[in-house]
Amino acid sequence: MRTIPIANIAAEFSDCEESGIVPKQNLPLARREFLKGSGILMGTLAAGSVLAGLAPSTVWAVELKTLTQAEGEAIMAMGRVLYPHKKLPDAVYAILAKDLDGSATGNADNTKLMREGVGNLNSLAGGNFAKAKADKKLAIVKGLEGSTFFNTVRGQCMSSLYNNDMAFAAFGYPGSAWEKGGYITRGFQDLKWLPAPSKEASPAPYLG
Amino acid sequence: MASIDFNDDSAVVIIGSGAGGGTLANELCQKGIKCVVLEAGARQSPQSFVNDEWKSFGQLAWLDPRTTSGTWRVAKDFSGLPAWICKTVGGSTTHWAGASLRLQEHEFRVKTVYGELKGANLLDWPVTLKELEPYYAKAENKMGVTRTNGIPGLPGNNNFKVMHAGAKKLGYKEVHTGNMAINSQPRDGRGRCMQLGFCFQGCKSGAKWSTLYTEIPKAEATGNLDLRPESHVVRIDHNEKGLVNGVVYFDKDGKEQRQAARVVCVAGNSIETPRLLLLSDSHMFPDGLANSSGQVGRNYMRHMTGSVYAMFKDPVHMYRGTTMAGIIRDESFFNPRRGFVGGYEMETLSLGLSFMPAFLDPGAWGADYASWFDNYTHMAGMWLVGEDMPRETNRITLNGAVRDKWGSPVANVHFDDYENDIVMRHHAFTQGERVYQAVGATKTYRTPPYPSTHNLGSCRLSANPRDGVANKWGQTHDIPNLFISDGSQFTSGGAENPTLTIVTLAIRQADYIAKQMTERAI
Repeated sequence: MRTIPIANIAAEFSDCEESGIVPKQNLPLARREFLKGSGILMGTLAAGSVLAGLAPSTVWAVELKTLTQAEGEAIMAMGRVLYPHKKLPDAVYAILAKDLDGSATGNADNTKLMREGVGNLNSLAGGNFAKAKADKKLAIVKGLEGSTFFNTVRGQCMSSLYNNDMAFAAFGYPGSAWEKGGYITRGFQDLKWLPAPSKEASPAPYLG
Repeated sequence: MASIDFNDDSAVVIIGSGAGGGTLANELCQKGIKCVVLEAGARQSPQSFVNDEWKSFGQLAWLDPRTTSGTWRVAKDFSGLPAWICKTVGGSTTHWAGASLRLQEHEFRVKTVYGELKGANLLDWPVTLKELEPYYAKAENKMGVTRTNGIPGLPGNNNFKVMHAGAKKLGYKEVHTGNMAINSQPRDGRGRCMQLGFCFQGCKSGAKWSTLYTEIPKAEATGNLDLRPESHVVRIDHNEKGLVNGVVYFDKDGKEQRQAARVVCVAGNSIETPRLLLLSDSHMFPDGLANSSGQVGRNYMRHMTGSVYAMFKDPVHMYRGTTMAGIIRDESFFNPRRGFVGGYEMETLSLGLSFMPAFLDPGAWGADYASWFDNYTHMAGMWLVGEDMPRETNRITLNGAVRDKWGSPVANVHFDDYENDIVMRHHAFTQGERVYQAVGATKTYRTPPYPSTHNLGSCRLSANPRDGVANKWGQTHDIPNLFISDGSQFTSGGAENPTLTIVTLAIRQADYIAKQMTERAI
């Protein structure tokens, strides 16, 4: 079987020098200096979960540059109302807070939108949205449908919650396939709970 | 690769390098005709494609601003994204799924066969299926369409198994893995499909036909092609006799250039092609080039589309393997007893986890919606592609209030929902759900149309110059050396995916252009 030669693109896109030596970087060494943001969201991945098995550490932390920890937690809670997933750990919802914090940083309008939006969530909850009862949170979020704040947070959920390795692992989506040779020998037609189509409808794969 | 001088007015200048432009360029180059191809996008390759939905979208999609209007839902959910098509060498043939169906005989004669439809601008093509048959055969051979030319059909994946089993239970007869321009075995110097599952993101194995790695390199090998990527055309010039004679564009360094031309062929897909003609207005052509009929931009079609997704108790893993190698053809025929004219195809479809929440139901949220992604590996899906009607009010116009980076008014895509579409879509949704329910679906979802991947008809072919923009060869009625070379030509949309017909028309148009040039008619 003739194949298309796949050029070695690794060298072009790698950050490492060809010598293999990792260049020394000027990294702040103190933990306090690492996490200098306005807010820090932290948590752990449940031991024994799919993600705990894949992650280098079960402890995670997300640094916010503009929003406070409390504001970040309110956003995480709103994310869980919009797209509730028991399978997704807080770490994924923290990405939502981080990404919204990212678009607020250096942008006065976005910061105002987030700050006022979160403030509104809290006041509608009688003080603390993140700690309110589930049905109360749902009613509050539903009441905000159509507002700019709602649309911004909901829209951000699309990429923040679902376009990351943790979500892929949690939902059983393997992601990129080409480097594993695709699925032609890895179960692309392994479904057994329905009758197989005829050879006319579905000819056998060509395997050389 | 040739290097054609800016002042060389003997060349054919082709705008766009996709199914129309890329094929036309190769066909002409093989005949010894020099071609300059101006492509707005950059040149990617199977090496640079990425198996990542959002990243790939950023790499290949047309993202220059456009606006929308009309009652269609896309204007609300995706107001700046009327279409998911490409800006890259190879055009949308990098992103397409490979479905390669011929239009049906009656679909060339919609005015005659469907009769008067209030609010529709039906017209028969100025060409028949019989006249196109030899060219369809050439296109199928060129592209390597399965189940033609002795090429075996593709093997069906899990998503197909589910659709097939349900279809058979309902009594559907014509159900198989489709006529796909995807190698089921090695052919034409390209390997066979590895069932990667990222067809929409550019085929990393090259099994799927794309002008990027077939027509373009073959044209380059003749020494007659000068391909200029990252060249954004802003105007087509003409002389005092009303013949086009040059094309103005911004090159990859942002410098304005002018390429002289003996013939100009516009293949920018159905939004940019009419836009360019409108942008090229002049004292002699105040309504834009080739627009004496007023039909430039009008009769825009995007196919009745919609999807049905279903959830099952058992796993499906629909993302494994080809995105669209699976079809039910029984509903594609003309059967007005169903309550609508035209027909629709039912084709397997899968989206990855990244895209699914954004497109299953744009804007939706909550526990029920989220449960779909919890059970992503238990989902199956199909796309419904049906004929929509040409309407004068569905049109591409220039939006003077919004300008692109070159200062040109952007295209506005206006589309209103139409009774025939709505009734057909309802029928298709119902049938799609029944297919899945027949094999035990626990839940189904009616997904609204995505930003349009099929864009047609906005510079249509007509026998009479007052009804359309170009004649049976795609030669514009008003300007003999100006051609329309993409899906804008379609006089009707038919129920079928359009790419095979676009390639077919390009092969035939190349024969005509070569003959006209030899006879010095152009």
